[in-house]
Amino acid sequence: MSFAGGIAVVGAFEHPTRFAPNRTAYQIAAESARGALADAGLTLADVDGYATSGVGPMGVLSMCHHLNLQPDWVDSTNIGGSSFVAQVANAGAAIQAGLCTTVLITYGSTAASDRFAVGTGGGMSGDPTDAFVLPYGPTIVGAYGMVAQRHMHEFGTTAEQLAEVAVTMRNHAALNPRAKYRNRITVEDVLASRMVSSPLHLLDCCLISDGGGALVVTSAERARDLRQKPIPVLGSGQAVRHSGTGHRDLVDIAARQSGAHAFAQAGLVPEDIDFCMIYDSFTITVLATLENLGFCPMGEGGPFVENGAIGLGGRLPLNPDGGGLSSNHPGMRGIFLVIEAVRQLRHEAGDRQVAGARTALCHGTGGWLGVMHSGATLILGEG
Amino acid sequence: MSERPLPRVDEESRGYWEAARRHQLLLQRCRACGAYRHHPRAVCPNCLSSEVEWVVSAGRGEIYTFTVTYQNQSPGFAGRVPYVLAYVLLEEGIQILTNIVDADPAEIRIGQAVRVCFEDLAEEISIPVFRLL
Repeated sequence: MSFAGGIAVVGAFEHPTRFAPNRTAYQIAAESARGALADAGLTLADVDGYATSGVGPMGVLSMCHHLNLQPDWVDSTNIGGSSFVAQVANAGAAIQAGLCTTVLITYGSTAASDRFAVGTGGGMSGDPTDAFVLPYGPTIVGAYGMVAQRHMHEFGTTAEQLAEVAVTMRNHAALNPRAKYRNRITVEDVLASRMVSSPLHLLDCCLISDGGGALVVTSAERARDLRQKPIPVLGSGQAVRHSGTGHRDLVDIAARQSGAHAFAQAGLVPEDIDFCMIYDSFTITVLATLENLGFCPMGEGGPFVENGAIGLGGRLPLNPDGGGLSSNHPGMRGIFLVIEAVRQLRHEAGDRQVAGARTALCHGTGGWLGVMHSGATLILGEG
Repeated sequence: MSERPLPRVDEESRGYWEAARRHQLLLQRCRACGAYRHHPRAVCPNCLSSEVEWVVSAGRGEIYTFTVTYQNQSPGFAGRVPYVLAYVLLEEGIQILTNIVDADPAEIRIGQAVRVCFEDLAEEISIPVFRLL
């Protein structure tokens, strides 16, 4: 099964806000829907499929109500922050199956103005596993920190190498007028920032912002008549990791499985990718993802990101928008991976444009990397 | 005694928590396929058998990984930082998420040998935690 270029992203919009105490999350989602549909040259009346995540247990119904939509297909996948990456592929599958023709995907969140402690607040859901996790005081940062600690132990990865990721993201954000933090930082700044959960310092952690975005996905055939150059979906994959029956290799992450599927569908290998959009919830997430996707051997993520390799002009530019570490992170960043990839593949990214960008890989990690998490990979082409 | 979140005891986990209250660490083993599992579940995820037995763990293992938590705003933890969250690999080959207690966080290393002890969180609830040997 593959999309074989028959499915395309035809509309993309990132809400410009980073702090919106005077807006609701639903409003941000609706404003983003307006932006993405206008970008595509479509209206709400053209939408017959709808997907969203992160707006409550039956949020997809509330959002349909809010936008007065009665679509033929809905998707409320919630596998954490990677959900929207997965939903692009889900939308493509639904369109290829003839369930609908034009899918709108929206996201809106006021995590920052709600003062929601995304990373350090504890608390999962009501799952049976909670009883064996919550009494010990896990935090999201801690769950990723345990992976970082293990990575350092097995491979000799250094705090400086992790910091290099944060420094590179800030360099990119300096070129993005909408990024939340644009002042340049150094490796020393990262190491001098306070420890949140060892070995992760404050500047190893993504920021918390408000924000949202939207995407429009349709068939390549229908895309031909629309406003924008369609961006074809070349491959996708989804996977999960957890401790199972009490056995987990923490440096083996879902990206290994979802990435393999995406590359196989696309008929591509890592060397074919011009730039990556990788969910940088924490600096360790980037190293583990690069390794598990096959951009470097296991354990060599640290050396891989040194010397500007993931910076603009490097061998694999990564998150030219500045990522969650510096641009925006309203709690579930997956949608922004796809939005920025689309902007780059249309060659409309301004000062932060990746020269000659023709093929992009987006990978979202959702959940708690060291406890249980999901991975969703999407490979996009130039159209 | 504690404003920390208490485990919710249910039909699948009752045996584990009743033993923990007696300061005993139990693991489950499938009678059909012999596989150990943690956390406890009524149905074996290996072979889907419902035949299960409780086995007393030797309570010894080593630190597989850990993190020293300096920030956690949630009730019960804000006043406890820094504390050590860790996965311990038990001798039985099972990893268990836990805390390393009564140790200077700066002294914690992956691979250190540890032994189970229990923290009493409420009248009826104790949780397994580990000390350095």
